[in-house]
Amino acid sequence: MGMRKKHLQKRHLVELFMKTIMRVSFVIVAGALGLILWTIISRGLPALTWDMVTQVPKGGYYMGKEGGILNAIIGSAYLATGGTILAILLSLPIALYLKAYLGDSKWGGCVRLSLDVLWGIPSVVYGAFGFALMIVFGLRASLLAGIIVLALIELPIMTRAMDEVIRRMPEDLEHAALALGSTKFEVALRVVTRQMLPGIVTAVLLAFGRGIGDAASVLFTAGYTDRISTSLMRPTASLPLAVFFQLGSPYPEVQQRGYAAALILTIIVLAVSLGSRWLSARLNKYTVK
Amino acid sequence: MSETYEILTIKSNEQAEGRFTRPSVAARTRQDRAARRAFFIITLLPVALIIIVAVALLIRAWPILSAYQLSDLLFSEVWKPGEGKFGFWPFILGTVWVTVVGVVLSVPACLLVSIYLAEYAHAATRTIAKPVLDLLAAIPPVVYGVWGLLAIVPFVDDVLAPLSDRWLGSISIFAVNQPTGFGILAGGIVLAVMIAPLIISVVYEVFSTVPNDLRHASLAVGATQWQTIRNIVLPQVMPGIIAAVVLGASRALGETIAVLMVVGNVPQIPTSIFDSAYPLPALIANNYGEMMSIPLYDAALLGAALVLLVVILIFNILSTMVLQRMLRRKWA
Repeated sequence: MGMRKKHLQKRHLVELFMKTIMRVSFVIVAGALGLILWTIISRGLPALTWDMVTQVPKGGYYMGKEGGILNAIIGSAYLATGGTILAILLSLPIALYLKAYLGDSKWGGCVRLSLDVLWGIPSVVYGAFGFALMIVFGLRASLLAGIIVLALIELPIMTRAMDEVIRRMPEDLEHAALALGSTKFEVALRVVTRQMLPGIVTAVLLAFGRGIGDAASVLFTAGYTDRISTSLMRPTASLPLAVFFQLGSPYPEVQQRGYAAALILTIIVLAVSLGSRWLSARLNKYTVK
Repeated sequence: MSETYEILTIKSNEQAEGRFTRPSVAARTRQDRAARRAFFIITLLPVALIIIVAVALLIRAWPILSAYQLSDLLFSEVWKPGEGKFGFWPFILGTVWVTVVGVVLSVPACLLVSIYLAEYAHAATRTIAKPVLDLLAAIPPVVYGVWGLLAIVPFVDDVLAPLSDRWLGSISIFAVNQPTGFGILAGGIVLAVMIAPLIISVVYEVFSTVPNDLRHASLAVGATQWQTIRNIVLPQVMPGIIAAVVLGASRALGETIAVLMVVGNVPQIPTSIFDSAYPLPALIANNYGEMMSIPLYDAALLGAALVLLVVILIFNILSTMVLQRMLRRKWA
C-alpha cells in the first residue's frame, strides 16, 4: 500500500512539474513578443517626429540633418502593393484549380509540396536569383524587379493560405451549384471565391505583411534612392532597408531614426495583421453558413 | 399591395430575360475548358519555379564551380576574393553554429508550449495564444534585428558572457574570447524567437491529428495526463515533431538580415558560442554591391546561394513530405 501511494505521489508531482514548466514556456514566448514590442516602442517613439513620415531625406540627412523617410514608406507601399497584386493574379487561379480540378489527387499533392518548399526558400536566395536574372537581362535595380521578386516570395504564402481555407468549404454548396448545371469554372468563380472571401482576404493580407517587411530580397533587386520613385524602371527606397542602412550609420541621430523607422514598419505590419482579423470577421457575415 | 406585386413581376420578368440572354451551354463549356487550360498552366509555375531558381543559380555559379574543385570550395578556410581564394568553410560553419544554437534554444520551449496548447490549455488561453503567435510571425526580420541589437547584444555582453566566463569558462564552447556581445549566441537567441511560431504551430497541428479516443482510453485506466502524453500521444506524433524541428532549422539556416545585424560577421572558424561568426546568407547580403568588380566574385556569391538552396531544399522536401503524410493520415 505504501509503495502504491508513493508511486501515485511521484506521478502527480511529475504532472505538476510538467504543467508548471509548460506554463513558464508559454509565458516566455508571449513575453518575448512583449519584450520586442517594448524595445521597439521605447527606443523608436522618442525619435519619431512628424517630419519623419512627411519629408524625404534632405541634404545631409545621413549626417543627422533634416528630412524624413517618406521615400521609404511610399517605396515600400509600392513594392508590397505591386507584389501582392501580381501574387493574387497567380495565387487565386492555383488555389481554385487545386480545389476545383485537382482535389487530393497526386498532382495536387505535388503542387502543394512544391508550394511548401517554395515557402521555405529564404528571401536572400530569391534576391540572389533575381540578381542573377537581372545580370542576364542587363537590368538595373528597379521598382519592377523588386515587385517581381516580392511576388515570387508572396506566391507560396498566399496560395497555401488560400488553399487551406478553400479546402474547408462545405461540399454541399459546390454540389448544389454543379447540380444546377454550373460548370466547374463558374462554381470556382461565383461560389467558391465568394463564399471563401474572408479567408482569401486574410491570405492576401498575410502575404502583404510578409512582403512589406522583407529586406533581403529588395536589397538585391530594388536598390535604394532618396527620391520618391516615379517609374517602374527606377530604383526605389523601402522601409526595411531604411531601418537597416540607418542603423549602420556612425551618427547617433541617424541610428535613432533607424529605430523610429523600425517602429513605423512594426506599426504597419501589426496593423495589417490585426486588420485582417477584423476584416475577415466582418466579411464572414456575408457567407452562407 | 398591388404596387409590391407589380415590382415583383417586373423583377422576375427581368430575371427571365436575363436567363435568355445568357451564353449558351456550348459557350460556357468552352469557357470552362479555356479556364481549365489557363489555370493548369499557372499551376505548373510553383513546380517550375523551384527548378528555374536552382538552374539559374547553377548557371551563374558555373564559372567558379568549373574553375575549382567542389571540395576545395566547400572545405577551404581561406576567403580572399581579391587573390582568387574562395573557401566557404568558415561561412558554412558559421551558419551551422548559429542554426544549431537557435534550434537548441527554441525547440524545448516550443515543444512545451505546443503540448500545453494542444493538451492542457483552456479555450481562452488558446484564443490569446493564436494572435501572440501570429504577431510573432508577422514581425519583419529587420525589426528582429533591431531588437537583437538593442536588447540581446547588450544582454549577452553584460549578463550572459560574464556569467559564462565565471562558471563555464573552462569548457571551450562557452569560453568568452571576444567580449563584444555580437556573436553566435546573440544570433541564436534572435533566431530561436523567430522560428518559434512556425515550430509551435506545426507541432500543435500534428498533436491535433491524434484521435481523442486514444487519450480517453489511457486516462480511463488511470494514467495522468502527462503519462498519457508521454506514453500514448508522443510516440504517435514523433515523426511530425522531428519534421517540425527540421523545418524550423531550415528557416533558421536562411535567415539573413536579423542574424547579420547581431552575429558580428567575422570570417573565422568559431570555437565558442560567444565567438563572432559569418553565416552564408550574411556573406551574400553584405557583398552583393562589390561583387561585380572582382573576377569570379559574383559566381562565388551566387554559388553560396546555391549551396544554401540545396541544403534547404533537402531539409524542406523531407520534412514537408513527412508532414503532408501525417496531417492527412486517416484513422480507422
